[in-house]
Parts: sequence; C-alpha cells; structure tokens
Amino acid sequence: MNNILNEIGIENYLFLSVLLFCIGIFGVLYRRNAIIVFMSIEIMLNAVNLLFVAFSTYHQDSQGQVFVFFSMAVAAAEVAVGLAILVSVFRNLGSIDIANLKNLKG
Amino acid sequence: MEQNLVLLLLLTPFVGFLFNVFFGKKVGKAMSGAIGTLSIVVSFVVSIYFFMQLNQTGKPIQISLFDWISVSNFKLDFGILLDQLSLLWLLFVTGIGSLIHLYSISYMNDDENMHKFFAYLNLFVFFMITLVVGSNLLIMFIGWEGVGLCSYLLIGFWHKNQDYNDAAKKAFIMNRIGDLGFLIGIFILGSVFSTLDFVQMENGLNVGTANTGMLGLAALCLFIGACGKSAQLPLYTWLPDAMAGPTPVSALIHAATMVTAGIFMITRMNFLFDLDIDSVHLVNLIITIVGATTAIVAATIGLAQNDIKKVLAYSTVSQLGLMFVALGLGAYNVAVFHVITHAFFKACLFLGSGSVIHALHGEQDMRKMGGLKKAMPITFWTMLISTLAIAGIFPFAGFWSKDEILITAFHGNITIWIVCSICSINTAFYMFRLMYLTFFKTFRGTEEQKHHLHESPSLITIPLIVLAILATIGGAINLPGSMWLNHYLEPIFATVSHEEHVLGNTEYMLMGIALAGAILGIGLAFSKYIKQNVVPNEDNEIKGLTKIVYNKYYVDEFYTFLIVRPINGLSNFFRTTLEPALSKTVFRLANVTYVMANQGKKAHNGSVGLYLFAFVIGVCSIIIYLFLV
Repeated sequence: MNNILNEIGIENYLFLSVLLFCIGIFGVLYRRNAIIVFMSIEIMLNAVNLLFVAFSTYHQDSQGQVFVFFSMAVAAAEVAVGLAILVSVFRNLGSIDIANLKNLKG
Repeated sequence: MEQNLVLLLLLTPFVGFLFNVFFGKKVGKAMSGAIGTLSIVVSFVVSIYFFMQLNQTGKPIQISLFDWISVSNFKLDFGILLDQLSLLWLLFVTGIGSLIHLYSISYMNDDENMHKFFAYLNLFVFFMITLVVGSNLLIMFIGWEGVGLCSYLLIGFWHKNQDYNDAAKKAFIMNRIGDLGFLIGIFILGSVFSTLDFVQMENGLNVGTANTGMLGLAALCLFIGACGKSAQLPLYTWLPDAMAGPTPVSALIHAATMVTAGIFMITRMNFLFDLDIDSVHLVNLIITIVGATTAIVAATIGLAQNDIKKVLAYSTVSQLGLMFVALGLGAYNVAVFHVITHAFFKACLFLGSGSVIHALHGEQDMRKMGGLKKAMPITFWTMLISTLAIAGIFPFAGFWSKDEILITAFHGNITIWIVCSICSINTAFYMFRLMYLTFFKTFRGTEEQKHHLHESPSLITIPLIVLAILATIGGAINLPGSMWLNHYLEPIFATVSHEEHVLGNTEYMLMGIALAGAILGIGLAFSKYIKQNVVPNEDNEIKGLTKIVYNKYYVDEFYTFLIVRPINGLSNFFRTTLEPALSKTVFRLANVTYVMANQGKKAHNGSVGLYLFAFVIGVCSIIIYLFLV
C-alpha cells in the first residue's frame, strides 16, 4: 500500500504529536489568559487525536479513527461548556486572567 | 418437694430483703423488723426439717437447679449440696441469725433507717446461706462476695460518721486481697479438675486422675482467701475496726457467722488439705503457724483495750486463730466444734455488750462503766456465763471445744500447744478484766447516765438467755465419750483419721492444765481489778509496754508505712511528674501537626497556575514512575 504514512514515516507523526502536546503543556503553564490556556488544552487533546489516527492507519484498524470522532464530538461539547464558563467569569470579574481566580485559596 | 423446700430455705431471706427495701419504710418499724425476723425463722425451720431428714437417711441431699456454665470440657451446675457440714452451718447461721434479728428489733428501734438495717441483715443471711449450701466453689464465691458486701454496708451503716465509712472501706479492701487469693485458687482447681463441684473434685482426687502438681499452690491460695475473710494475720486489722457497725452486726457477722466462712471453706475442701503431698503439708504448717501467731498477737492486744467491743473483737480474732490451728493440724471436726460453741458464747457476749452500750446511751469505754451488776442482772448473768465459757471453765461449752484444740495441738506440736495455752490464759484474763470493769465496783460514768441505767427490754434479754443456755450446754454435742459431732461429721472427711479419744492420763492432765491456766488468768484479773481496784489509765497516761499493746503493736501504722505511704507517694509522683510529662508530650505532638498544617496551607494559595503546574508535575512523575521503575 502506497499511502502517505509510508512516505513520511510513523515516527515523524509521533514527533509532531509530542511537540504539539508539549506546546499545549507549556501554554497551560505559562499563559495567564484563560482563553489561551483553553486553546492549549485543545492542542493537547488534538495531539492525542493525531496519535490515535496515525496508529489507526499504521495498524490498518479503523477503530482508532472511530474513537477520534467521538472524542472530537465530546471536545466540541466541552468547548461550549468551557467557553460559557469563561463568559460568566468575565462577567463577574471583568477579566479572564487566571491569576485573578483565587477563590480556591485555602 | 425437696427442691421447693430448698428454694424456700434460700429465698425467704431474699424476699425479706426485697420487702424491707421497697416497703420497709411504709409499713413501719415494728412490721419491718417482724418481717425481717420471720423470714430468717422460716429458713431456720426448714433447716431443722432437712437436718432431721438427713439424720434419718444419712444421705446428703444434692439438687441441681440448672446448668450454669458449660464451656468445652468445663461443666458447672448451679446446684445445692445439703450434707452434714452445710446443715450444721445452716442451723447455727439461721438459728443465731433469728435470735439476733429478734434482738435488733429492740436495739435498732431508735434508728430512723431501721428498715434498711433489716434489709441488709436479711440480704446477709441470704448470701451466707448461698455460701454454705452451694455445691461448687463458684456458688460459694458468690456468697463469699455477697457477705463481704453486706459486711461493708453494715459496718458503714451509720454513714454520717466518716470514721465508720473508713472502717467499712478498710474491711472491704482487706477482704478483697484475700478474695483475690481465693479466686486464683478457684482458677487453679478449675484448670486441674475441669470442674469446681465439691463431690466431683473429691472423686477426681480419689480416682487419681488429677495432676497434683499445682494443688499445693491452690491450697495456699484458698488459705489466703480464708485469711482475709476470717481475719487472720496479716489481714486481720479490718475486724477490730469493723466494730464501727451496730452491735447486732458485730455479733452476727463479725463474730458468729461470716468470719467463720474461711473455716467452713477449708473444712469443705478438706480432701484437698488432707492430700499426702509435700506442698500441702507445707501449707498445713503455714496454716498452723499463722493461726497460732494470730491467736497470741490478738490475745495480747486484747489485754490493753478499753473499748468493750474492741476487746471482744480481738478475742474473736484470737479464737479464730485457735480454730485455724486445729485446721492446720488436720482436726477439722475440732475446728467445727469450736466454731459452733464460739458462735454461741461470742454472739451472747456481743449482744450483752450491746445491751450495756444501749443502757449507757452509746458509751463503749469500759473506763466509764462499772457497777452495772445491780442495774442489769440478766445482762450480767448471761455475759458471765459466756465469759466463763470463753475462758474455758468446766463445764461450759468453751471448755470442751478449746480443750480439744489444746489436746490436738499437744499431739501435733508442743510449741504450738504452749502458745495456745498462753493464749487461753490471756483470754481468761482480758475477758474477766472486761467483766470486772463493766459490772463490778462503782459506776464511773456521769450522774445523768447513772440515773438512766436500766435493764434492757425482753426482746433483748430473751436472745441473751437463749444464747447463754446454749453457751452452757453447747459442749454436750461433742463430749468426750459420746463424740456425737465427730460421728456426725464422719462422712464429710476424706480420710477418717481421728482415733477415738481415749481419756487417758495425758488428756486429763491437759484438761487440768487448761483449767488451771484459765483460773490463773481469772485470778490475775481479780487481783488487779477487784483487789487493787485498778482502772486503766486515760489514753495520754498510757506508757511503756502497755502503750505498744494498747496501740495494737502499731500494726496499722506499719501497714500505713509499708503500703499506704509508698502507694500515696507513687500516685503523687504520677500526678505531679508523670502525668504532666505525658500530657506535654501529647501536646507537643499535636503542635507539630499544627505547625506542619500551617506550612502546608501556604501551598493552597488559590493560584490556578500553580495548581496546574503541580498537576503536570504529578502526571509526569507518575508516567516516569510507570515507565522507568
């Protein structure tokens, strides 16, 4: 089979996925804007989705791709809820800087 | 039929107790006293019935009421054993008990808590009957503890006086020491025989299946129990203090019945104490020595006491010592004989002293008595008879029983015999000292008291007269020649060891010596208190040897020094040093947690960034752990 996977090689997908995941992590850790943090989380999620699809193709097994559909659907719902939360946070605090969210202080 | 009668015998005093507890106050003093007395009389009558029946059939009555304990191979019935020994005890416990109840109706009439007094007295008789008729050691132990409880309640009956409360507590605690010994003895016997039933234990010994190694120790432990209850050295100090109770209590519990429980127990267990093994021989030797020492120590203390009841109390301790001498020498029947005669004359003496105290409105000091012979003739004559009996004058009851003990001691060990003889000279001396100081010469109390002197009412004098008659003729149950008691008790004893007393020259000589000793004691008392008209000194004028004896050889002080002080010191140390140290340590530990929590609280600063960072670090560590380790 002469597909795109053979031309590029599975390892490069892995590298890309790890890279995306790390970008996501660093975004979560270093940015204070809640929307950016949210986006970073989405990047991490999609890095994993990418891995799923890559391995699914590699193993010639469509189950992984099915899972990705589900996970993307759930992620969409999650984004809707998350953004709604962010809107309400903004309405209450006037900003979406996570440094201002200190209600959990022990 | 038999079972119902046994229940009647056992439970009537208990019903009397319940009645007096719940309705005693309502029905009034006379009724309360009558019910209390009647319930004991019923028991007495039933005891007589059983006694007659036993005399006809000669077979002990065994009744098992129900299965009590059954654990693996250890089985115990809640049973009743009415044999020669327990019936004998029942007869004089309920008999003398009835007389003393009768006496108490008049004696306690001025007391507002009379119904309570009768309730306790009934309860005491109930427990005493339980102790006597139980078919195994555990039932005996129930009674044993019960009579201890009643003794405590009755010593502290006038509980508004703190000294009396202390005396009650002392009696209870001293008894507890002995009880621990008794309990350990029961445990050992239980583990050796897998039962505590008297008959089964005896059979087990006869068959020879039991392991005899521990039996010496068991015998010693039982003897320690007897020491506590029967006021032997070193646990005797509670009995003189127990005189704080009302006089009928002293007569019933602390002279006639409860204090003989130790002798009853050892007689009951005679198959154990008769074993032919070295350790048991040693225990018997200890019993003899303890008995003789107690007898002589108490008899000498009695010489210098001025409280009329204290004299009688020490005399009781001394007589109990003599009984233990007999037990230690294996002459159980002799000990039982002396228990019975002693119950007669000592109950009479105590009741007589109660009559005197009653007439003097609570005065117990003999230095403030004297000359009561005219005013109280019945009390005087009955007490004189009992005094002659306890001094061992022919032909009163005490002469025969004490003489048997002396003969036994003479055949057993000459030193013990000498000690016992000195002891009986002392007895004669202090008892006649009591008589002379109380009844002869002139009255030394106040004019007011002299004016009120009177003979006690008939409810008090009738029991005195009955007991005096018994003290006179009581020796008849075991006269040399007929030896009715010895034959009667024969089935009880494992080894029929007593050879018929042939009244040889030795015996006559010993009787003569005993009689001469008693007369010597009386003569000494006569010359000192009648001829020289000596009245004992006031407390602060007592000097020298008399002072040591008057202060009871400082035994109480010695115990205080040896036991009470160290314990107080130790508890003080615990209170002032150990307890604060412990609590400080605990508080320090708590403080460490507190400080750590305060530090940890700082991590919870509410910064979502930090939480996320911690989360990532955590996940990374888990992954690293999973992959690398």
